[in-house]
Amino acid sequence: MSKIARSNKKVIHMVKRSGISPLKAWGIRLIAAVLGLIVAAFVIVGITGVNPLKVYEGIIGGAVGSPRRIWVTVRETVVLLLIAVGLMPAFKMRFWNLGAEGQILAGGIACSALMIYGKSIPAPLLLFLIIVCSALGGMIWGFLPGLFKAIFNTNESLFTLMLNYVAMQLVTFFIVFWENPSGSNSVGIINPSGKEGWFPALFGSDYGLNILIVLIVTVVMTLYMKITKHGYEIAVVGESQNTARYAGINVGKVIIRTMLVSSAVCGLAGAVIVSGASHTISTSTAGGRGFTAIVVAWMANLNPAGMLLVAAFLVFMQQGSIQIASQYGLNENASDIITGILIFFLIGCEFFIRYHLKVVNTEDDKS
Amino acid sequence: MKKKLMSLMLVAATSVTMLAGCQSASAPQQEEAQGESATEEQASEGLDASNIKVGVIYIGDENEGYTAAHMQGIDDMQAALGLSDEQVIEKSLIPEDESCADAAEDLVDQGCNVVFATSFGHESFLMQVAGDHPEVEFAHATGYQAAGSGLSNFHNYFDNIYEARYVSGVVAGMKLNEMIADGKITADQAKVGYVGAYPYAEVISGFTSFFLGVRSQVPTATMEVQYTNSWADMTAEGEVATQLIADGCVLISQHADTTGAPTACEKAGVPCVGYNVDMTAVAPTCALTSASNNWGVYYTYAVQAVLNGEVMPADWTAGFADGAVAITDLNQNAIAEGTEDVVKETIEAISSGKLNVFDTSTFTVDGGKTLEDAIAEGGDYAQYAQYVSDGAFHESSVASAPAFAMIIDGITANAE
Repeated sequence: MSKIARSNKKVIHMVKRSGISPLKAWGIRLIAAVLGLIVAAFVIVGITGVNPLKVYEGIIGGAVGSPRRIWVTVRETVVLLLIAVGLMPAFKMRFWNLGAEGQILAGGIACSALMIYGKSIPAPLLLFLIIVCSALGGMIWGFLPGLFKAIFNTNESLFTLMLNYVAMQLVTFFIVFWENPSGSNSVGIINPSGKEGWFPALFGSDYGLNILIVLIVTVVMTLYMKITKHGYEIAVVGESQNTARYAGINVGKVIIRTMLVSSAVCGLAGAVIVSGASHTISTSTAGGRGFTAIVVAWMANLNPAGMLLVAAFLVFMQQGSIQIASQYGLNENASDIITGILIFFLIGCEFFIRYHLKVVNTEDDKS
Repeated sequence: MKKKLMSLMLVAATSVTMLAGCQSASAPQQEEAQGESATEEQASEGLDASNIKVGVIYIGDENEGYTAAHMQGIDDMQAALGLSDEQVIEKSLIPEDESCADAAEDLVDQGCNVVFATSFGHESFLMQVAGDHPEVEFAHATGYQAAGSGLSNFHNYFDNIYEARYVSGVVAGMKLNEMIADGKITADQAKVGYVGAYPYAEVISGFTSFFLGVRSQVPTATMEVQYTNSWADMTAEGEVATQLIADGCVLISQHADTTGAPTACEKAGVPCVGYNVDMTAVAPTCALTSASNNWGVYYTYAVQAVLNGEVMPADWTAGFADGAVAITDLNQNAIAEGTEDVVKETIEAISSGKLNVFDTSTFTVDGGKTLEDAIAEGGDYAQYAQYVSDGAFHESSVASAPAFAMIIDGITANAE
């Protein structure tokens, strides 16, 4: 290669942006979403031959096409948001809590137990106990990995992940006692006639209380992270444990405390699912939402407003998928493909928010 | 310190209330949804084949045998009654939780006059929705709660699949006889393996009828049952089949929804009997036949009943006599000689009522007792008294869902 040849060469450099205006950042995300929809449209036509606009119409109709569908979408969104909010402090601390699934189930078990055995407790007290005890149930599941991390520096990803399976087995164990009727291997709807322990209707909706709880928890957690000393300590531990120690923060204590908070919220999500929606418990009560919430939390950069958007988007697609499956005979997997393509574009575009591409002449570089 | 005290007190308070709850839990549990509105508005006003809407909730999708069979049944109904595609709304992959109630509500919102759900665990959710919509008919396959629900618009249905299993057992028995005659096994080695899903009555009734079919041909036959604890788990079904073969089973049958077992059988060269779908695609040299449901018979009947404004029974069953069950085409590469004739005779005998699958003279329970004697002794067997008369256990005579949950002599089923 001669010098002359090289001087003509143009190269693309990735340059880290020093800053980006929110408007521009959201503009990039919007472009990514549109591009994603276009690519997905080609895939739909290519694979199924169905008009993609009709499919999108079906998704929208399925998610918000009737008042009941809107409520279901809202109900599922707030649950996902609640779990993501629960994961937020742990992730902020760079503690990889992959155990939301188990923490939800632990909370769900506590909640179901109260519904089954606590029928004679006055309704308001029962509701209060359900909320407190499900949070406590989740806390047990978060306390263990937190404690081991603080004392022995145990790998928390593995620990929390394994506890999911323990919780799953525990649910199977309790189903043996609670199965109704015996031999059915399922608990069925708990208290179908008296509705003891069911969330009461609020603001004219069966899911009003779900929304209220999630709203309160989200606001409180946001404030907790933003303005309290605890929140600051979590951020410092997340950035650097050595810095935290140097600053006189008791890292072990912060880890345990934060995991208790995180898992309590996830446990509470168990109550919102069991008492507020399904009124039963099974090994699929958490239904992978503990993992989906991880995506929600990180795609939103742990920003609660962003989490709401991401959660709403994912649930929207999921609810829409049920509709396109029955309307066009497309398998649910079709909407998974669409969701996958969109997420690929949305995550991919974060790169362009942090960096911009610059075409540089190699000659310029030398000068 | 205060906080810690608080939480300790909370824990204490909870455990006390939970204990207190334990004692009083049993009494009010029985008051089920009895009081729910039993008044049924006649759904047939102005309904005809051009405007009726049918909703269906499936546990799986077309990739899984059980759901595929139901889908086929719905298609048959649609063709028989001349409904358009817009009149049939199908929702697939609906799990057994609140999604089922959501799906049913949504189908009602879309104007369905009759809603079907296909999986056992859908029942309580469908029943809940049925209570809120007395103007819509709801029917649930494999369930058992309709008769006691107090809802006139909630029904259960189930085919007499045990009849088809008995016949598939006859096919298997003849294969065993051939193997004995060929000297491949001795009469004492005629041990059959059965891959079961769950230890429910539905499964137990199924494998018992299959076994009785086998033993009608091979009196020395025994059977070992192992459960996978899942309706559809390809890997587990294959593993259990392999395990059974290792345990000395020379023929395998199944009550589970995938092709896991026949695939393993083909590999091991062991003959097998499937369920729901023809297994010759995965086991061309080993699959003998499969017991199968023809759900179209019920779906056509039920939708027609809604159109006519007829009252449907709380429980519906039908077998060979109505064409509701069948066995798939016999695999000529695998079956024993003369099987067709015996199968034909057996089906005729069952259809005409001459042969009862659960003839109590053909089996014993609890180490050699006849079922009648065991019932007379009381204990666990007494609950079957209402099913037994005239020398036979009349399966599905009380509710459409199978009730036969006894392990008869000759079968070993590993404990739950």
